[in-house]
This record gives sequence, C-alpha cells and structure tokens, in this order.
Amino acid sequence: MPEIAELKEIAGKIRIDVIRMLAEAGSGHPGGSLSAADLVTALLFAVMRHNPKRHDWPHRDRFILSKGHAIPVWYAALAEAGYFPREDLLTLRKTGSPLQGHPDRNRMPCLEACTGSLGQGLSVALGMALASKMGGSPFRVYCLMGDGETQEGQVWEAAMASPKFKADTLCAILDYNKAQIDGYVKDVMPLEPIKDKWVSFGWHVIPINGHDFEQILGALKEAAETKNQPTLILADTVKGKGVSFMENVVDWHGKAPNAEEAAKALAELGAN
Amino acid sequence: MAKASRLAFGETLAELGEKDEKIVVLDADLSKSTMSILFAKKFPDRFFECGIAESNMVGIAAGLALAGKKPFACSFACFLTGRYETIRMSVAYSNAPVRIVGTHAGIGIGEDGNSQMGLEDLALMRALPGMIVLQPCDELETKQAVTFMAEHNGYSYIRLTRQKLPDINSPDYRFQVGKGVVLADGKDLTIMATGSTVAEALEAGKVLQEKGIRARVVNIHTIKPIDKDLVARCAKETGRIFTVEDHNIMGGMGSAVAEAVCETHPVPVRRWGLLDKFGESGDPEELYAKYELDAAGIARQAAAFVQEK
Repeated sequence: MPEIAELKEIAGKIRIDVIRMLAEAGSGHPGGSLSAADLVTALLFAVMRHNPKRHDWPHRDRFILSKGHAIPVWYAALAEAGYFPREDLLTLRKTGSPLQGHPDRNRMPCLEACTGSLGQGLSVALGMALASKMGGSPFRVYCLMGDGETQEGQVWEAAMASPKFKADTLCAILDYNKAQIDGYVKDVMPLEPIKDKWVSFGWHVIPINGHDFEQILGALKEAAETKNQPTLILADTVKGKGVSFMENVVDWHGKAPNAEEAAKALAELGAN
Repeated sequence: MAKASRLAFGETLAELGEKDEKIVVLDADLSKSTMSILFAKKFPDRFFECGIAESNMVGIAAGLALAGKKPFACSFACFLTGRYETIRMSVAYSNAPVRIVGTHAGIGIGEDGNSQMGLEDLALMRALPGMIVLQPCDELETKQAVTFMAEHNGYSYIRLTRQKLPDINSPDYRFQVGKGVVLADGKDLTIMATGSTVAEALEAGKVLQEKGIRARVVNIHTIKPIDKDLVARCAKETGRIFTVEDHNIMGGMGSAVAEAVCETHPVPVRRWGLLDKFGESGDPEELYAKYELDAAGIARQAAAFVQEK
C-alpha cells in the first residue's frame, strides 16, 4: 500500500488534471470533482483490487460514480493509474472523445455503468454486490454519491433494500460537500440528520473527514470488515477543495474556469 | 386450450431456471400476479423481492446484469414505464442485458381499471435505442419468446396479458424475433394484430369473409425491430393496412407499422386501439366490446376502412 504522503501527491496531481481538463473543455463540474479527489485517490490507489491492463478482470472491485457529473476526477485517476494515456484527458467533452461529459461505459469500457441521471448508482451498485455474494467472485462494490443526489427517492429505495439483502460487499461513500446547483443543500432541500437517517435504515455509518487519508483508509478498512450489513462512509468534504476561490462557492458546482482562473488555480495547486 | 401469457411466462421461467444458473428474477411485490412466483418458489436464492420500489428493482437488475447474471425484472407494465428514466440510463444506455417483463397489458385486465393498465408501454419502450419489444399472442409463442430473451445477450421488453389467450400457433411453430407471421391470407386488406388482439383479428377475418372482404391477418409479435419487409409486402399486395392493439394508438404497434409503410410502400393505414384515451373498469369482454377490440368491433371498423375511398 502506498504511503499517505504518496497518496497526497497523487491527489494533488489529480486536482491539477481536473482543472486543466475543465479549462480545456470550457465546461464541466469542478466543485464536486475536487471535493471527491482524496476519496477516489484512496480507493483506486490504496484499496480497490483492479488491473489497468485488464479492465474486464471478473474479480475486480467495482466503482460506480453515482454523481456522474464529477467524472473528471475519475478520468484523471484512471489516467494516473494507467488505464489510458494522460494526454487523452484534454479531449474531455470533445466530439468523438470517449471522455464523455458524464460516464459512458459504451465509449469507455473501464467504466462500470452509465450515470449522470442522479440517484440511480446505488441501486446498480447493490445489484453488483448481490451478484458478488452469489458465489465465485466476492469482489467489493464502491458507490460514490453526491449529497444533493440523495434527494432522489430511488436512493432511499436502495437504502432500504441493501440492509435487507445483507449487502456487506457494498460500500457507499457520500461526498458531503454541502452545495448543489441551486444553492446550499441545507437551503435547497435539507438532508440532516444524515447519519441518523442511514443508521435507521440499517446501515453501518462511518463519519469521517473526507480529506484526511488516515480517516479515509481507516473507514474503508472498517467497511470491508463489516459483515451482514452495508456500510456508508459519510465523508465531510469541502466543495472545490484545494482551490481557494472555489472552496464552498456554490457557483463553482458547474462552471469551468477561464484561462486566468485556471492559471490561478494551477498555481495554488503547485502545478509546474 | 387457453392460458394467460403471464402464466406461460412464469412456467417457462421456472423451467429455464433449471438449465441456466445465471437466470435471476426480481419482482416488486407482484410476484403472485406477474407469475414470477413460480420461479421464486423453485429458486429462492435467485429471486429478489424488492418490495414496492420499482426504480430500485430496475437498478438492481442492471447491476446484476452488468456483473454477468441474466435478470428478469417483473412488474405491471404501467409501473415499469413509470420508472422510465432508470430503464433509460441504468439499463439501455448502460447496455445492461436486463429482461424487462411488463404484465397486465391494456384494458384486457378489466375490473382494476386504468391505474393498473399498461397502455403506453410499447410507445415508451420502443423509443429507447436498441430495446427489443415483444408481445406474444399465445402460450407457445410466449414460451419461445421468453426463451429467446434468456438466450439473447441484450436488453429487451416483453408485454404480457392478465387474461387468458387461446392457442393460435400449431405445435411446430418457431418464434423468430423480428419476423411477423401471416396467419390467414387475403387480398383486400391486411389486419395486423399483436398479443391479445391476434385471436380477435382472426375471428374478425372470418366475419369479413362472410361479407365478401378477404382480409390477410398478420401477427406482429415483435414490435421492435418491426418486420419492415413483411409490412411492405402486405402494403403492396393488399393496398390497405389496419392495425389493432390493446394499447394507445399513439406510439404502439400501429405507429411502428405506419412508419414502416410510409418509408416503404405508402398505402392507407388505420390504427385501431385506445384512441388517445385512458382505460376504465369493467368486465374484460365487455370492455373489449365497448372499445371495439373484439372480433365484431374489429370487423366493423375494418369493413368501414375498406369501404373508404
């Protein structure tokens, strides 16, 4: 397993790639990509069993990005892991690119599902987790959700069903960055008390700081050791984390930085 | 013999489950009505009761399919179409080979009334890229269509009836996806029917015969992909096409046929079914008579169509 310092370095590179990609594309979602950078780094580089040379390895752990709009952070992580050349990142959202604006597994087969219509990923992840428990290949399934997307009813259908099926190969991660398109989550449609809600639905809930690698790795380990019930890692995060002028600013949910803003962001992130 | 296509489906699925361990079945608290219960009783470990939460059921089915299982996700047609966005994203766009089973098609369900009647499902399913849409007309055809779905590595939709359907096909019948079946020949017009209206259309053909109108009767069991060649041939050889289905005429089998006619050999087409209306409660046979989906009604409407200039 890589040292935490190493993970921090990878997450830094991924944040830089996210800014470069979005600036080049001229559109996209920086806030929720940056808030999830540490979570996806820990998953892909320290926890998940996977093989960049064989994306269809049947025993691989699965990752479903239910908050599909944050796909730039996952593309950046996949490129860093060696799934495709890093220069492809700059084709994001361009006509003919496999790097669609939201995840498309038809054009990029190493993605596990098409997402972007919010609230559906947890159900798909649950289905995969049920398959993993049916014998042969006990892979784990990770589902990264946005906070705003849990306003969708289907999330709570899946929240109810997962404990019923004792889906302990399923680990949901909630990127609780507290902002969505129209404003702060607490104003648009309050979710609190989030922990109590998921606990009462039958989940093992682990609240953490979603930017602290020790806590992230500890929670992922605890999730893997939890039997007979699914785990929700409630990750307290900062929207736009790492770029001072984007942090906790609602407007950076879904707009790309212009050249000047990108240069400022890249300087803050320590890009060469 | 007559059997509801939902029952033929349930029996077939329970048989297929023995041969193919990858088959898994999901239902949303309607297994006793969709007949998926026949599989559930035999293979409880491969049956997932999802409760009254169809979106989640569809999503779980997609996950199972993407992990290599062969899921059949079952509910009433009308409740499945209510979860259209999940079917669009998690099944169709994700290319997850989920077999979607919509039962309780049309006004043929009778007394429960409009809220339980699938009357728009063909239109919606047909609009999804790559979706195969099937509607068998009797027990044998249902058996073979369900077997096709299990073997086909892609997503598909099948529409089944609550009510019993008489046997139409002979024991040596072989279902071929995308191929319509000419059940009776004629030169004055073609009546194209699907599912529950096939038997009625055949009877209507006999009534028309007595009036001197020779109707060709065709079973369109595959609504998508529509059998364009057969539709074109019927248009050319009979000059008129009358379609009849227990579904809204907007977007259903009749629309699929009309599109094919326009693009191949334009001739007059009359779509018959629910005329942009919702259903209502009543005795199924009385409703079929009221909405002229029974043999007498079809014969009446088809005769009027032939007599139009």
